[in-house]
Amino acid sequence: MALFSAKHLTMIFGGLMAVDDFSLELKGGDLIGLIGPNGAGKTTAFNMIAGNLKPTQGKIFFQEEEITGLKPNAITRRGIARTFQNIRLFQDLPVIENVMISYHGRLHSSFVGAVLRTPLYNREEKEMRNGAMVLLQRVRLADFANERAGALSYGQQRRLEIARALATNPKLLLLDEPAAGMNPNETQELMDFILKIKEDFKLTVLLIEHDMRVVMGICRWIKVLDYGATIAEGTPKEIQSNPQVIAAYLGEAGGKGIA
Amino acid sequence: MTFQMFLQQLINGVSLGSLYGLIAIGYTMVYGILRLINFAHGDVLMVGCYFAFYAILIFSLPWYFSFLAAIFLTGVLGIAIDRGAYLPVRKAPRISALITAIGVSFLLENLALVIFGGRPKAFYRPPIFGKVIEWEDLHFLTLSLWIPSITLVLMLLLLLIIYRTRTGMAMRAIARDMETVRLMGVDVNRIISLTFALGSALAAAGGIMWALKFPQIDPYMGIIPGLKAFVAAVLGGIGNVIGAALGGLLLGLLEIMLVALMPSLGGYKDAFAFLILIGILLFRPIGIMGEKLPD
Amino acid sequence: MHTTRDQILTGLSIIGLFAFLYWAEGNATEYQIRLLNNCAIFITLAVSYNLINGICGQFSLEPNAFVAIGAYTSALLTMSPVEKQVSFIIEPLIWPLSVISVPFWFSLLAAGLVTGLLAFLMGFPVFRVRGDYLAIVTLGFGEVVRVVANNLQNITNGPLGLRGLVPHTNLWWSFGFMIFTLFFIWRLAKSSFGRAMKAIREDEVAAEAMGIRCFRYKMMAFTVSGFFEGIAGGLLAHLITTISPVLFTFFLTFNLLIIIVVGGLGSTTGSVISSVLFVWGSEALRAVEEPFSIGPVNVPGIPGMRMVIFAIILVMVMIFARQGIMGRGEFSWQRLIHLLKKAGNCLRSGRWPFSLLNI
Repeated sequence: MALFSAKHLTMIFGGLMAVDDFSLELKGGDLIGLIGPNGAGKTTAFNMIAGNLKPTQGKIFFQEEEITGLKPNAITRRGIARTFQNIRLFQDLPVIENVMISYHGRLHSSFVGAVLRTPLYNREEKEMRNGAMVLLQRVRLADFANERAGALSYGQQRRLEIARALATNPKLLLLDEPAAGMNPNETQELMDFILKIKEDFKLTVLLIEHDMRVVMGICRWIKVLDYGATIAEGTPKEIQSNPQVIAAYLGEAGGKGIA
Repeated sequence: MTFQMFLQQLINGVSLGSLYGLIAIGYTMVYGILRLINFAHGDVLMVGCYFAFYAILIFSLPWYFSFLAAIFLTGVLGIAIDRGAYLPVRKAPRISALITAIGVSFLLENLALVIFGGRPKAFYRPPIFGKVIEWEDLHFLTLSLWIPSITLVLMLLLLLIIYRTRTGMAMRAIARDMETVRLMGVDVNRIISLTFALGSALAAAGGIMWALKFPQIDPYMGIIPGLKAFVAAVLGGIGNVIGAALGGLLLGLLEIMLVALMPSLGGYKDAFAFLILIGILLFRPIGIMGEKLPD
Repeated sequence: MHTTRDQILTGLSIIGLFAFLYWAEGNATEYQIRLLNNCAIFITLAVSYNLINGICGQFSLEPNAFVAIGAYTSALLTMSPVEKQVSFIIEPLIWPLSVISVPFWFSLLAAGLVTGLLAFLMGFPVFRVRGDYLAIVTLGFGEVVRVVANNLQNITNGPLGLRGLVPHTNLWWSFGFMIFTLFFIWRLAKSSFGRAMKAIREDEVAAEAMGIRCFRYKMMAFTVSGFFEGIAGGLLAHLITTISPVLFTFFLTFNLLIIIVVGGLGSTTGSVISSVLFVWGSEALRAVEEPFSIGPVNVPGIPGMRMVIFAIILVMVMIFARQGIMGRGEFSWQRLIHLLKKAGNCLRSGRWPFSLLNI
């Protein structure tokens, strides 16, 4: 049984069809890439899956439960986490608290307990802090635990984004352009990192990317969107030689194209 | 209620509604470009009235001249407020601009209190507005006919500016995407100041007509009409000029009808507008003619 | 973080405060006592208001409504039936309010619960919107409360208001409750719940995406604020012994807004400092409103000038020093000791203490 399936998702804004008949099935352990020129509808698809947008049509199923139209926090609590294309950290909070926030969905103590600092509250707080610290060590940000998140460098902020998404204890991880703005070294590190956390945390990963090295390098299967519609699906090799895909990207500036 | 009574209330409602609409237009224009609720708008209206009052009293100018001068001066005041208080916080988070607006509002009210004194002053009503018309059972001032007419003219003038001039085009463009317009080389700040000027001038016009209708002015007179005009702007679809006018009209009519049909609830008429606001925000936040959700 | 040293210091401070209050009760003038009571109540109000506005980032303009409701609830419950008959000359007070009369502490608790409940109910429509709209809607509620208070002749006595309340509020009540409020809100803000509220303030979309039920936390902040503001209203009513709708206009909210902004939106410490400055400043600025003389020149007082100055201060702070006094920082014994050490060093070495300022 598929872990996740999106069936015929469509998103229409006003008169504009942003996403047209998007369908996708994911099994546990998959690493799938979603690519396409800018404006192809990739982030919109993510937003529908993560609950930020209600699909005009179509259904989404996760672990055999329908999750179409649920609010983002409900979807996250069911095990789907996401990162954002333009980093949305809690700038003024310390780095470690950015990660601790993600544990909130699973807390049990009440606010009265928090004020009175009951043993239950103290224990949960300690567990949260330790768990967050462990994750920060994974992304090599442990030394910055008490710094303001806004003070980190761009690359560090990207790693923090991923750390806090992991803290929600997801089964499916949606990464929105995780390699954006990275140099070749950082990109290679990111690729290794994604493969490692996928294995360590038993994740399924769906990622949007423009950097073809990442997509071709780690994805097992790729889906290509253009103007909202799916124009091709297949293994990296198949996609690389697909004439429609090449045509869609033709003329895209910068050295990150295919071929 | 007899047809006569209904007609009477209709006239009152249209008259009141036009005033709300005129003031609402100022709110909606500023919100459209800056996404800022200009809390000080109602108080700007009040200052306009005092300008007119003193122009007549101290400078003994004929009323039509005083009114025009007051409207013009209030426009200038609008520019001053924009440049002095809102421009410095343009790049700041939204809350800062909001708090600044509240601060300006309070400043205007208390400055007026200090300078003009708290006791209400009687506003001069020129005879042309004060003539009473009696037709069958109806009984109203010529003012009740003048107000909607002037409002209509002013609104048409404004629409002309917005849709037929380059400045107006710039205003509409800024409402959509300020950054890009800036990149196009347009002096965005100048256009914004002009928008404030227009909105404030219209508020002054509305305020003066309000003072003609309820001929007493005091430093706090702008608060309630200002808030109700804001509700009207939201009702009509914030950012939409025609919507603001329609919203104002609707609000004025509803308010008058409420008092007419249930006189015992008359004391609550000020609260009524807010209940409408809460209702709209719950059920149809984009308003009657709105296109985008208030963000 | 909560070392024993800190706890001892805090405990000693509270004891010191109570010792001071004990002394003040016997030795301070009535004017000074009233000022102290005002201080305590304003601190309570500011710190509660800061929870929803500064910590949770929901720009609400509700305090005057909640203070009013708390004040009226508490007053209506403590007034004796005889007093009520005397006060309600236009329309008699409805039953059962006309016959009950409860102890002060109970009326305060009721005030808090009623206001908290109202805040809870209000939250459902209010939190459907954000930003400016939230502000206007809460402002609107404040207006509705005022209009209702002005018109419900048989409950609130309309414009006449309620007079002859027993002045129950003394230094012990006001400061005692202030300490409780400070404790509660401080603890809440530093806890995981406070953290969630701050996350909502920083980026609500991201907070949602991380699994936080934002609505729930906003409601929490709002209801808690309402509860404390309501009780503060009850304390206020029994301090000034006369309440009427004109006391609870937007003016009150505006004053609280200035306080929390100047103190630093989001900083409980800032709200405390700022409240004291405000109450003291208001009194000091009264001088501006009375006639005074500079040498041989008699300057007439300018009534209303106080508020002009406060309004200017607010605008100036927003333009030049948006973070206020404390920014988002909080007090800690550690920082105070550090500050004192530095001051000590400067005094000893005789150097000008510029470096004091970059802590």
